[in-house]
Amino acid sequence: MAALGSGCLLLSLAICAYGIVAAIYGVRSKRMEFTDSARRAVYALAGVLTVAFAVLELAFLRNDFAFNTVADTSSRTTPALYRAAAVWSSQEGSLLLWAWLLSLWSSLALFLMRRRLRDVCAYATAVLLGFGGFFVSLMIFYATPFATTSPAPAEGAGLDPLLRFPTMVIHPPMLYSGYTLCTIPFAFAVGALLTRRIDAEWIAATRRFAFAAWLCLGVGILLGARWSYSELGWGGYWGWDAVENASLMPWLTATAFLHSLMIQEKRGMLKVWNASLVLATGSLAIMGTFLVRSGILNSIHAFGGATLGVPFVALIGVMVAGSIYLVVSRRAALRSEHRLDSLLSRESAFLANNLVLVGLCFVIFWGTYFPLISEALNGTAASVGPPWFDRYTVPLALILVLLSGIGPLIAWRRATLASARRNFAVPLGAAAIAVLALLAAGVPGRPLAIALFACAAFVFASIGQEFARGVRVRREIAHEAVPAALLSLVRRNRRRYGGYIVHVGIAVLFVGVAASSSFQHATEVGLSPGSSTRVGAYTVSYVRPTATVTPAADAAHTGSSMSLGAVLDVSKRGHHVATLRPSQGYYDSGEPTQGSVGQLIGGQAVSHISMSEGALRDVWSAIAPNISTPALQRIVDAGNRTLPPQDAPIALGYLARQYLQHPPAAQFHFIVSPLVMWIWIGGAIVFGGGLIAVWPPPSAVVRRVSVRARPRSAGDPVRA
Amino acid sequence: MDALVVLLTLLLVAGVLIVISAPLRARAGERPGTREREQSRGEPERAALEAEREAKYREIRDAELDYRTGKLSREDYEAVDAALRREAIAILDSLEHALPPSSDRLEN
Amino acid sequence: MNPARKRTARLVAALSAALVLATALIYTSFSAASPALSPSQLLHRAQPGRSYQLTGVVVGGSVRRAGGVLYFAVADRRGSSNVPLSYTGTVPDPFHEGREVIVTVRKEGARFVGERDSLITKCPSKYKAAPAGERQNY
Repeated sequence: MAALGSGCLLLSLAICAYGIVAAIYGVRSKRMEFTDSARRAVYALAGVLTVAFAVLELAFLRNDFAFNTVADTSSRTTPALYRAAAVWSSQEGSLLLWAWLLSLWSSLALFLMRRRLRDVCAYATAVLLGFGGFFVSLMIFYATPFATTSPAPAEGAGLDPLLRFPTMVIHPPMLYSGYTLCTIPFAFAVGALLTRRIDAEWIAATRRFAFAAWLCLGVGILLGARWSYSELGWGGYWGWDAVENASLMPWLTATAFLHSLMIQEKRGMLKVWNASLVLATGSLAIMGTFLVRSGILNSIHAFGGATLGVPFVALIGVMVAGSIYLVVSRRAALRSEHRLDSLLSRESAFLANNLVLVGLCFVIFWGTYFPLISEALNGTAASVGPPWFDRYTVPLALILVLLSGIGPLIAWRRATLASARRNFAVPLGAAAIAVLALLAAGVPGRPLAIALFACAAFVFASIGQEFARGVRVRREIAHEAVPAALLSLVRRNRRRYGGYIVHVGIAVLFVGVAASSSFQHATEVGLSPGSSTRVGAYTVSYVRPTATVTPAADAAHTGSSMSLGAVLDVSKRGHHVATLRPSQGYYDSGEPTQGSVGQLIGGQAVSHISMSEGALRDVWSAIAPNISTPALQRIVDAGNRTLPPQDAPIALGYLARQYLQHPPAAQFHFIVSPLVMWIWIGGAIVFGGGLIAVWPPPSAVVRRVSVRARPRSAGDPVRA
Repeated sequence: MDALVVLLTLLLVAGVLIVISAPLRARAGERPGTREREQSRGEPERAALEAEREAKYREIRDAELDYRTGKLSREDYEAVDAALRREAIAILDSLEHALPPSSDRLEN
Repeated sequence: MNPARKRTARLVAALSAALVLATALIYTSFSAASPALSPSQLLHRAQPGRSYQLTGVVVGGSVRRAGGVLYFAVADRRGSSNVPLSYTGTVPDPFHEGREVIVTVRKEGARFVGERDSLITKCPSKYKAAPAGERQNY
């Protein structure tokens, strides 16, 4: 079966080669049958890679340890869901996932565009097949998922316990979908530049794909943050780690692009800027993929080996050099048709938003790649930490939130100063009231956080005002009741009001971020049963220990041999608030040198945190029990001496009993963070609003504006 | 197992070849015509103009909404609206000239 | 001011602002960065008061916990030099003897002290890799 997989890879490479040649030949000789054939090559590639992926999945599900990759990352005791997800936990499996997703999304995009923009599509096909061919080549020549060993080992190494969480199953496919979707606007931009057709049709087509990329990438990032916070033992959701940053950068440029595209649509301006943004997004996405696989930066996400570094650098070099060449050589076709009418216009606000977003991206880029830069400059790789990132991104984020509230208040093209002044009154008032209220309520003085809350209040008031006025207009026209008016308002102006909802979501998200980072209370403390400690306004008491021993053949569990934990009571001013049950799971290390019993618990220890989430605050807890006490060690040593491996689990029962009866003090980590839930809610609002904004309106709702029916006033040129 | 793998691979290759060569085979069966080339030449311009027209209509509606929600004064609105309608008329005129004479696609 | 001059003025203002930001960025990054050193390099070059990123492998048998403090030693991948240090803060789940770690340290007197919560453990090579996007403890 592995031969079938390898055959699929070779066939895929052939398809890519053919498709590239056919597409370019077809478009240059104007023979449509070849460009159609090239498009079908993309469909065929999707089909063949689906077969390859299915072969690999089946191997994992059937525990076929002849496959090296299955033997390395899965085992008989790994639960079925995680076995299926283990496909993408390794270098070669994740390359296959990437290539497969690329082929699927490319097929969809080219299918949707099959009758339009033919010339552009032909070149886009060639570019997309180029990417596909690159990843397939990597698999064939560097890291194949279909390498086998014969005879097949009896058991595999097992999936890293840190990955045995449901969110981890969906996070990589989502993120990879985001990355691969970024290459589609890139390919279409290359095609449009080559054919010199950066026009309205290209805008309409590219917007859809850019939005899909923005959505998937954004959701992927949010899921990663959520996973980190709710399932890992450090209690944070963002650490400015290199790979987190690598996924954020293309998302920022994609956001900028979605905004500046509207300016190009309306005024024919910023063509060079937009082309550059799209090309940058694609390049940043590939750089993000590269970062994880090359080990060039010290990061906690690290694939093994630097062997993939060189091909990726070559690809990125080609992409960047090619992009620069295309934009410079086509600058005549990218000349602006108009200029900015007035500084007081929504176009200006969008421009400012673009500048801030690109500024943010640059800061993050600099900080992320700084080790390489400093190594090139003075020989030592030095890295900057989160405080440096925070120093620059926080003010920029503040300005961004503020802008998202200013934009809705001014009109396109030019706004009237007098009406602008009127429109700003309520939102500015709301911001001032927010600041005063926070200070009066005794919120500790953290200027940046309070500034952010003020900006958020500004945004809420500004957008609330817009909705209120829009509903009023609707009711004047159609005399509907308020809820119906609201609905039809949004339905008829999806882009505008969907965009407003996105801005509200962003403001909510940042409120959550600001509150949870500036006003957090965290404690690390050792507690024995019966004792308690204060965290912020809460008192946490260690009620009693818990211990569970898992039978080895229990496949429904995540596979830990034993887990030790605690029951904690959280109370506030004497009233019980929540009961938390954090624990630590101990896994088999597979090293016989630790002894039959020592081996069972000597492997990785995984923290299972416990938290109580609420609208106002989260109480988060993690435990690190002490398993090295003399009493427990005696049991382990006795078991090592007297028990053969197959009977070793008996000792775990004794260990658990000893721990329950004479629990030693354990190390606890407690965090009380305000308003964290609003980060996730804000994110959901952002993506919901985005969907509303791009949802195509049903044709019945589109009101055709009759241009000629309007009586011409003096000054309108009369056309023959 | 081996024979099965070989068979599957052959089927896969055959399937791919059929899918990819379909347009080439279809073309070989037809009479070569120039009609396609003409259409494909005029098509991009028409499609681009239609997209511009839709965008312009949306701008006109947006300007009206801006005025009604109090962001534009009456004079500013009338100036912007007149300019937008001029631009829309220019696009509609270009569309008329770009179309093949037989089809009538103007909306009114 | 005629429109063309206004536009040039705006452009100059924007570019100047960008230049100022970039300069601030670049300047502070060099001073705020901590160089990455291996244990042998650290023993030779470390100056008191400066922070460094120490990368290496946790030495077997050196891990000891006392109170809330974790004591361990970090060695070069080739095992020649050995840097013992004390660390307080979050200990990542994968932390284990023989695993690769990155920890920010300062030299205080003759000892090395790890900065709070700065310990990072790389995914063990036995499992080959962590997938893109996988987060581990800080």
